[in-house]
Amino acid sequence: MSSLIYKHRFLILRRISQITILLLYIGANLWGWKILQGNLSSSSLFETVPLADPYALLQIFSTGAIVAMDVLVGAVIVTIFYMVFGGRAFCSYVCPVNMVTDLANWIRRRYQFDKAEKKWWASRNIRYWVMGLSFILSFALGTAAFEIVSPVSMTHRGLVFGMGFGWAAIVTIFLFDLFVLKNGWCGHICPLGGFYSLIGRFSLFRVKHNQPNCTLCMKCKDVCPEKEVLFMIGKRSMSVNMGECTLCGRCVEVCDDDALNFSIRDFVKKGEDYEVEQS
Amino acid sequence: MSNSGLEKGEAMEEKKSSQISERRRFLIQMAQNVAIAGVGGLLWSAYVDEAKAAPLILRPPGARREDEFISLCIKCGLCVEACPYDTLLLAKPGDNLPTGTPYFIPRDIPCYMCEDIPCVPPCPTGALNEDSVMSIKDGEKVFDITKMRMGVAIVDMKSCIAYWGIQCDACYRACPILDKAIYLEYRKNERTGKHAFLLPVVDPDHCTGCGLCEHACVTEKAAIRVLPREVALGEVGKHYVKGWDKSDEARLKGSAGIETTTTERSKKSAIESLNEGIDFE
Repeated sequence: MSSLIYKHRFLILRRISQITILLLYIGANLWGWKILQGNLSSSSLFETVPLADPYALLQIFSTGAIVAMDVLVGAVIVTIFYMVFGGRAFCSYVCPVNMVTDLANWIRRRYQFDKAEKKWWASRNIRYWVMGLSFILSFALGTAAFEIVSPVSMTHRGLVFGMGFGWAAIVTIFLFDLFVLKNGWCGHICPLGGFYSLIGRFSLFRVKHNQPNCTLCMKCKDVCPEKEVLFMIGKRSMSVNMGECTLCGRCVEVCDDDALNFSIRDFVKKGEDYEVEQS
Repeated sequence: MSNSGLEKGEAMEEKKSSQISERRRFLIQMAQNVAIAGVGGLLWSAYVDEAKAAPLILRPPGARREDEFISLCIKCGLCVEACPYDTLLLAKPGDNLPTGTPYFIPRDIPCYMCEDIPCVPPCPTGALNEDSVMSIKDGEKVFDITKMRMGVAIVDMKSCIAYWGIQCDACYRACPILDKAIYLEYRKNERTGKHAFLLPVVDPDHCTGCGLCEHACVTEKAAIRVLPREVALGEVGKHYVKGWDKSDEARLKGSAGIETTTTERSKKSAIESLNEGIDFE
């Protein structure tokens, strides 16, 4: 049991983090808690600190609107946090859709979809195209274009303020990820994930690969939702520096050989092997 | 021997040239990407254009003009959480309103016009404009609920029972700006010869669109309803001036004068032009 927990320690941490944040929002709306009010688009922490989704704000800017100070400050706080520390951690520690796509991915692994399904290739850069498009459409239509269709917003907003037909968006993403494309939503299409990949590109917290310990079992690549970022597995010791890494820590958990660990970004010894004392 | 070798070489060359050049490959793939993005963009924009159009939606107090509001609102629901009466709702997918934006249905829960207007200050983007619901009192900016403009009440004279001659002043009594936003007009009831009509009349200059009247209306479907001001109200145009109203007439001061267009015919005086008859050629 304790080894099971140990093998899922980051997963448990992430679920706690995701659910706590949602509960705080729901409590604010239903029972008037004053801890975290609003939703992931924009919120207010302890009724003083504003927090805002910088991607939503950029879309609002694209419409040509001039916004009030609160949302600007909020977006700057969030941006700085992910830019300096969190990287793309929003996707795996905050976003509620992550639970849906993780479930789809788990079923895929559990029933070995990989071995039977029809596969097609889709570029993981689609999300950046979608992001670019969202700015153009926001400009043309005078409203934040992704926010009005975003299944991510529909989900967290729905959980806090009432779902309506929002469940349809969640089911769509689930079925798409399960039957159409592996890691389809979070890994290919979602422009919000793409946005956090960009601003988190140089953040400090990173997973680090220690090549001499690696036995090439490839369990890490099996569970990784963005496996391109693990190109160095078994090849070189270095930190996983690509912005697409969501720091979910699944690779760290599944590694039986202590070849992957959380660490601070490797600025100096780039690509250089380093020895770890073995006990 | 050497000849056939040469031929072979030529054939190889020909085969190579039938393969496409790097330049063509690049151009075609680029065109493909742009086309996919274009198709996606068109579908996406068609949906968004439909989804954001909601001409009959009533917004919270202090909301900017609908087109500005829809571009500014970040859909966070802080105004909805601040509303103590659960008046404000956040549009859900399936409501056929712009998803995530706040609105209210006065027949269900009207706006009770709180003195401190708690829904407006939490707005982080300024989609709800604090200044528009404030006035200056003793040199200090204070909230002024009479400046709210969420909509305007419209009376349907055919289904309002007061217009039938039945005494009902439910909307008039419910109005928080009684005798200004809704006043009663008295008229003799010719049918009975001895009763009066007490007719509710809305003054759009004072009506805030809170919907307390719509909420109070006794008819099965409300005979007085709140509509967005842009939908319900007309506009006279600035070339009409109320000559009996000094302040309205003041608009003429400093105006550049009457603008006239000059054509071939207007070069002469009017009388001269009339005497000349009309030359239809």
